[in-house]
Order: sequence, then C-alpha cells, then structure tokens
Amino acid sequence: MLKSVLISLTVLVLAVGGTSRAQSTGDEIAKYREMLADGNPSELFEAAGEELWLKPAGPNAQSLAKCDLGLGPGVVDGAFAQLPRFFKDTQRVQDLESRLLTCMQNLQGIDSQSVIGEEFGRGLRKNMEAIVAYVVTHSKGMKINPPLIHPKEREFYALGQKAFYYRAGPMDFSCASCHGAPNQRIRLQDLPEISTPQGAALAWGTWPAYRVSSGEFWTMQRRLSDCFRQQRFPSPVYTSDVTIALSVFMAQNAKGGIVQTPGLKR
Amino acid sequence: MKNTFKSLLLLGSILMGTTFCDAQDLDLKHTMESSFQTKGIASADRLNQDENQMACSALVKGKPQINAKLKAKIEKSNLNSVAYPQDGVFLGNWREGEKIAQSGKGATWSDKADDVNGGSCYNCHQLDKKEISYGTIGPSLYNYGKMRGQDEAVIKYTWAKLYNSKAYNACSLMPRFGHFKLLTENQLRDLMALLLDPQSPVNQ
Repeated sequence: MLKSVLISLTVLVLAVGGTSRAQSTGDEIAKYREMLADGNPSELFEAAGEELWLKPAGPNAQSLAKCDLGLGPGVVDGAFAQLPRFFKDTQRVQDLESRLLTCMQNLQGIDSQSVIGEEFGRGLRKNMEAIVAYVVTHSKGMKINPPLIHPKEREFYALGQKAFYYRAGPMDFSCASCHGAPNQRIRLQDLPEISTPQGAALAWGTWPAYRVSSGEFWTMQRRLSDCFRQQRFPSPVYTSDVTIALSVFMAQNAKGGIVQTPGLKR
Repeated sequence: MKNTFKSLLLLGSILMGTTFCDAQDLDLKHTMESSFQTKGIASADRLNQDENQMACSALVKGKPQINAKLKAKIEKSNLNSVAYPQDGVFLGNWREGEKIAQSGKGATWSDKADDVNGGSCYNCHQLDKKEISYGTIGPSLYNYGKMRGQDEAVIKYTWAKLYNSKAYNACSLMPRFGHFKLLTENQLRDLMALLLDPQSPVNQ
C-alpha cells in the first residue's frame, strides 16, 4: 500500500507542477481524483491512525480498541456513517471527534482539554486526525444514516439550522452566504448548497479529506474552523456545540447520500 | 410561593418570546457564545448581531425571511448612513482598484489589525474579462460603466452600493465595505474607477 501511495504522490506532484493555470480547477481536481483513486495520500494517515487505535497510550496505558462509537465497543466498521448521534453515557450529541475525546478520556485517561487546547496538525490533535482518518475509511461507500430520534438530536438539528443562517461579523456572513444557493462558486471553487440533500451529501460525504494544497489531512472540525475564519467569525472551540449542531444539520440533510471519505481536495 | 415564582418566570419568558424572539433563539445565543473564542483580531463580540444581521437571520419554516416593512426600514437607515466624499471626488485610479478587487485579505483571525484589506471582489464577481478566476455569488460587473454611463445618479448609487450594500437590499450577500470600515475612502474611489472609468479593463 505504501508503494502505491508513494507512486500516487509522485504523480500528484507532477500533475500539480505540470499544469499551469487550469481552465477549470474543478476539472483538474476531478482528474487528480481519478489518478489517485487507488492511492489517496489519506492512506498514510489512516495507517498511522490504525496504529494509534490499537496502541496502549495515555496515563492508563490503554488502547482505543474498546471505544464505543455508537455501534458497540470496538466496532469501527460503519460507525462514522451513523454519526453524529446522541450518546446515553455522556448525555450529549457527539460527532466523531468529540466521541473520540470521550474514549481517550475514559479509556486512556487523556484529558480532553489537552486536545481541545491544541492547534490543528499538532501534538495530540495530530494523533486525533490520524485516528479520524482510520475510522472514516471504515465507512467508505456506506449510506449516510445518522439517527434523528432522540429529542437532543432534534434540538441540535434545529440549532444547526439556525447557526447555518446566523449572520454576524464585519462582513455580515453566515454559512449560507456561500452555501445557501445552487451552482455558486468563489473564484473557481464550486460551493455545495448544504441546505439540499444533494449539496449536503457532497459536503458531508467528502470531508474529512486530504488537502493537496497543504499536504494535510483535514477533519470536519478543521474544515468548519477554516470556514468560520473566512466568515470573519471568532474561532470555534474544538468540538463545541455549534460545530456539532452544524454537523448534525449537514449529516441529516445528507441522509441517503454516500460516505466518500476520506476525500481528496485541492 | 415557589410555584408562583415559576409561573412568573414562565410568563416572563412567554412575553419576551412574543416580543423579541422565541426561547430557542435564546438557546442559539447561548450556544454561539459558549462555542467561540477570541482569536487575534477576530474578537468574540463579533457574534453580536446588529439589527440588520438579526433581521436577515430570522427563519420562517427553516429559511431566512424578512417582512417588507422591516426590509424597507433597514434599507432606509443604511442609505441615510452612507458617507459620500466631502470633496466631491468619487473616482480614483482603476489600476489600484484592480489590485483591491483581486485581494481577499482582511478581517480574519490570521490578519493583523493594520494589514491593508482587499475588497474580495473577484471572489464573487466577474470584472476584467481577462481574469478567468472569478466567483458567481454576485452578478457579473463586466462592462458595468459602459452600460450605465457616468451621470450623477449612477455615481452616487455605485458609491452607496460599495459603501453600504444593504442600502438597496437589506439582506444582500455583499459586505458593507464603508460602513464597517473594511475599505478606506480612497480604496472605494479606486474601486469606483475600476467600475466606471472608460479606460478601465472592466469597460473594454
């Protein structure tokens, strides 16, 4: 697998270097995706994540192998496709990343605040990103199917919907400024209309993703954080309620779509 | 006694709800405040909505909707607050305007307070036809000046639109560049020239 990833990376570098200003960035990215179909660089993160999942760590020297992501202790296959959801033990609606924080805390003894206070791509947060890559890959090709039964899940959907349209800041932007109408783009970047099933499936179904431009693996929490940066909002706290409410809004709208993560982005 | 107190609280929240916003909105406010923190120049108080932002965020059956009366009121107050150049000079240099239109910098937590902001115009609009990397959230502005000419009404309208886009459409997606001091008066003049100067690439 490593070999195929390396070959893919070489192809990718050649492709990026060899293309001057593309006629349509969308077309070029579609081409990269095709070339890389067998070896998305996310595989490197996924492999690291699998190791981290199985390796004893933290003050308790325990692995995450008994982590319950909603389908029972240790079940990874299909787990991401049914998130976010309400969890009885925490009495909270949780997305993948906040649920992993719970497992790290309860099983390994790792203080959640030490991950929440970290920057993306660093330290324990970087480990988290790899574990996310591992977990989401095990839902690839499945139907997006999070529950909307518990009152808290419904409450979070309603909150997410309101947060999606919440205009504020020096540019009056909300999520909907860019993602509230069909067939829009910023510069050449196509923008999915997240209030529709099709658009939501494109957005929710293709993140987390490997980003070609930065060589990083971006989780949904990171994707949302950078959206808010460009929205000129203050910084969303990692796994805060608004990020989970928006995730519920997206995932519910995307219901029936296909999990295509980890995606590959410009 | 305790029950009376509870009823009063309930009554209070019902009254508040009918006058200002429903209980769920109070939850939203609380959620927003507990979910964000100041980072760099992007301070937490940016979450506080002005009347305009609040009116354009209110949902009816899950979609933003504003009533005609409130829309007209907001547009009027925005138009009244537009500051026109005191020296009567509305047009600057279109070459500088093109640079401002290209730049998407400014006002994020990764920008500095004294950075020069851009107008992000190409993010949403077509302008110079040679620039193929343009967004489509706003209408094409190619040939803006050629189609409209340069009489006083056009000049004043264009200035007000750049200064405060909500003067003509309360829930426009465009930022209020003058109102929020995102661009200086001189930068607005340069963008005016980009749009209206016959020599500008926009009008070729």
